[in-house]
Amino acid sequence: MSYDLTLRIWRGDANGGDFREYVVQAEEGQVVLDVVHRAQATVANDLAVRWNCKAGKCGSCSAEVNGYPRLMCMTRLSIFQPGETITITPLRTFPVIRDLVTDVSFNYERARQVPAFTPTAEQPRAPFTMFQPDVERSQEFRKCIECWLCQDTCHVIRDHEENKPAFAGPRFFIRYAELDMHPNDSLDRKKFVQDEQGLGYCNITKCCTDVCPEHIKITDNAIIPMKERVVDTKYDPIVRFLGRRKGTKA
Amino acid sequence: MPAEETFEHHDYDVVVIGAGGAGLRAAVAAHESGARTALICRSLLGKAHTVMAEGGIAAALGNLWPEDNWQVHFRDTMRGGKLLNHWRMAELHAKEAPERVYELEQWGALFDRTPAGKISQRDFGGHRYARLAHVGDRTGLEMIRALQQRAVSSGIDVFMELTVTDLLKDGDRVAGALAYWRESGRFVVFQAPAVVLATGGIGKSWKVTSNSWECTGDGHALALRAGATLLNMEFVQFHPTGMVWPLSVRGLLVTESVRGDGGVLRNSENKRFMFDYIPEFFKAETADNIEEADRWYEDKHNRRPPELLPRDEVARAINAEIKAGRGSPHGGVFLDIASRRTPEFIQRRLPSMYHQFKELADVDITKEPMEIGPTCHYAMGGVEVDPDTQASLVPGLYAAGEVAGGMHGANRLGGNSLSDLIVFGKRAGEYAAAYAKGLGAQRPRVNAADVSRAAEDALAPFGAGTAQENPYALHQELQETMQDLVGIIREEGEMRQALEKIASLQQRARNLSVEGNRSFNPGWHLALDLRNMLLVSQSVATAALERQESRGGHTRNDYPTTDPFWGKQNVVLALTGEAGQGPTTLAVKRQALPEPPPELAALLEDAH
Ligand code: SF4
Ligand code: SF4
Ligand code: FES
Repeated sequence: MSYDLTLRIWRGDANGGDFREYVVQAEEGQVVLDVVHRAQATVANDLAVRWNCKAGKCGSCSAEVNGYPRLMCMTRLSIFQPGETITITPLRTFPVIRDLVTDVSFNYERARQVPAFTPTAEQPRAPFTMFQPDVERSQEFRKCIECWLCQDTCHVIRDHEENKPAFAGPRFFIRYAELDMHPNDSLDRKKFVQDEQGLGYCNITKCCTDVCPEHIKITDNAIIPMKERVVDTKYDPIVRFLGRRKGTKA
Repeated sequence: MPAEETFEHHDYDVVVIGAGGAGLRAAVAAHESGARTALICRSLLGKAHTVMAEGGIAAALGNLWPEDNWQVHFRDTMRGGKLLNHWRMAELHAKEAPERVYELEQWGALFDRTPAGKISQRDFGGHRYARLAHVGDRTGLEMIRALQQRAVSSGIDVFMELTVTDLLKDGDRVAGALAYWRESGRFVVFQAPAVVLATGGIGKSWKVTSNSWECTGDGHALALRAGATLLNMEFVQFHPTGMVWPLSVRGLLVTESVRGDGGVLRNSENKRFMFDYIPEFFKAETADNIEEADRWYEDKHNRRPPELLPRDEVARAINAEIKAGRGSPHGGVFLDIASRRTPEFIQRRLPSMYHQFKELADVDITKEPMEIGPTCHYAMGGVEVDPDTQASLVPGLYAAGEVAGGMHGANRLGGNSLSDLIVFGKRAGEYAAAYAKGLGAQRPRVNAADVSRAAEDALAPFGAGTAQENPYALHQELQETMQDLVGIIREEGEMRQALEKIASLQQRARNLSVEGNRSFNPGWHLALDLRNMLLVSQSVATAALERQESRGGHTRNDYPTTDPFWGKQNVVLALTGEAGQGPTTLAVKRQALPEPPPELAALLEDAH
């Protein structure tokens, strides 16, 4: 059941690099990460690649497989044609460190800028009373495994280094949406998301939603509602006067 | 060469090694106690093995069953551990877990809710009441995010993709650690009077394991080399349900929640075989017929289904069924929830299991049974620590989470791991900070000669001579050895064979050679990890040979029953030699298990 498979892997570092071809043995039921490991163990001992869980749960093994942003551990070989060469390149939106490993510190910088969850005055100390339908919206966004595939694919920063200082990216828009929809959070981050984190740059192309391995509806459930809320607070004095609503209270 | 290299230097009060649940919680605690704190992780932040935890956090919140309380949790934990737990750790754990769970909620975690708007709790093996706070089946991710976001927003210094190779000492005391950046291969010296080990597990020494590459037992090995002791390393938990097919994902965990939520085990004859494997010790609390077992999910006045016996019992039963020729096509048994719950229920309660089987095995778990078998999952043994402070025998060295021993005795209950991380992570961080503060001006100093010796050791694989060994090949040999000779069922001859093999691998590991340079070089990283894996494997085999009985996660063919004598003994290991070309030698000691005070001992008597 094993067969030979040709891999084309980008090898190099910040100073440049090139594709290298490796022929490795593949088995039925395997995923791309398996054959990358096979190459590493047999013909390319120093091939740099990140991975941890091999189960689609940690978001470490992101790369572009035949040009498409994917988790290597969740990409089965059976989706390719028999005999097809599989081309693997590092995430394009982030600077290469070596081979398939990129410098994703941009995302950790952005994470530091998020104003933390802050409970309301009504329920300042856990245990909080919160109901399932009210936590569910935020729970969808907390499924995020921080694979950065959405960040990689978003055209605002893909090939547009100059936009990075102004744009946090879809992963962080769902984080802000999550906090905004948290039934017991008290901060208003809308102006901040719009002015400091670049929500306005997003023109809702939904490319981020397409690549999310957790199937989070980034655009429909987070970005669009956030944009509406931003507009409401900015221009609608009535919404402003009534205050925003954060789920039903007990 | 290290001689010419100027090392990056950092000064802290507390250095925490490992950023899973325990490390993050320890770092937050140390920071909040006013210590200058560094958090070191081998991966990017938020990728640690804790994200793989699925089921939940065991804590007697009493949200669904007001009868639940810390005493019942304490009793369940001790009985699950076959009474070999350190009673004081089990007590602190049961008492403090609820508060630690609420703290996560305070920091933004969003657990699933009860109809009354409280944190919902789910059933798990060995727990008398539905006790596990959870979020679907991705509770570990929720825990790590809540802690990570807390750590980041409090401004703790995080060193990502940095691996610690050695602890540094000044006399008897810890003085710091040497590490290298995975990215550049350059060394970093940490000077710190207190170090918290929170490095997790050891599963990567076995072939079939649920553990990620990070679980190489680094903390266990660092502790031994620094002069600390390891406790009860023979107890290794084989989780009963790992995937068996396709081969590519063999070992990957299938959460116990499948059984907690109604899933049952069947053999090739479609029989619910667990009723044949109810041990005497659990007879009084386990249902012996299908009707009662099935009533239990709704009404806890019935006895528990045998599928929810502690993990060691279930893993052994599965192993026996497979050996008897009643296994599934790919060498496991069947785990069936499809015939017992609606597709909607399964998708809502077990979304990531649904996803995992669909995407990796083409199996729809709402329609067909899963094929599963035991997988190496968790080390009950670990660094010997003080139960209250998590201090090891080496002044300034602390350990929390899986790397620490004692809490879980001979077998850990599901759900008690995540709670262990936050209860003892917090304690370790606080006591480490207090220790550092208490030193005043008497702080230990890192010694330059130790630093360059440790750096030279780490670079050895680049300058290897003629007899070259490939780290990947050596790792594979080790995994096969441990899988075949120190697995679920053990016996003296095989373990002696394993020890010989490990000794020869240790010799060969001195000639490991790697190609390429120091920048993000996985071959080199593995060569360094192997050192630790070999030492930890030797510890497990040595302790397993010593304990001549079967108990929890340690089953001996040649000593098939529990033995009251061994029920009062801990097996303690210390490193006695690892210098130059000589063999690595461990001293083995039997040490009396501390006895619980009468009021706690009384809780253990009552069987129901
Ligand atoms: S929807 Fe917005 S955030 Fe998502 S990819 Fe398009 S522009 Fe980027
Ligand atoms: S939102 Fe989805 S694609 Fe983006 S980082 Fe999270 S899991 Fe990855
Ligand atoms: S290795 Fe964890 S998501 Fe692929």
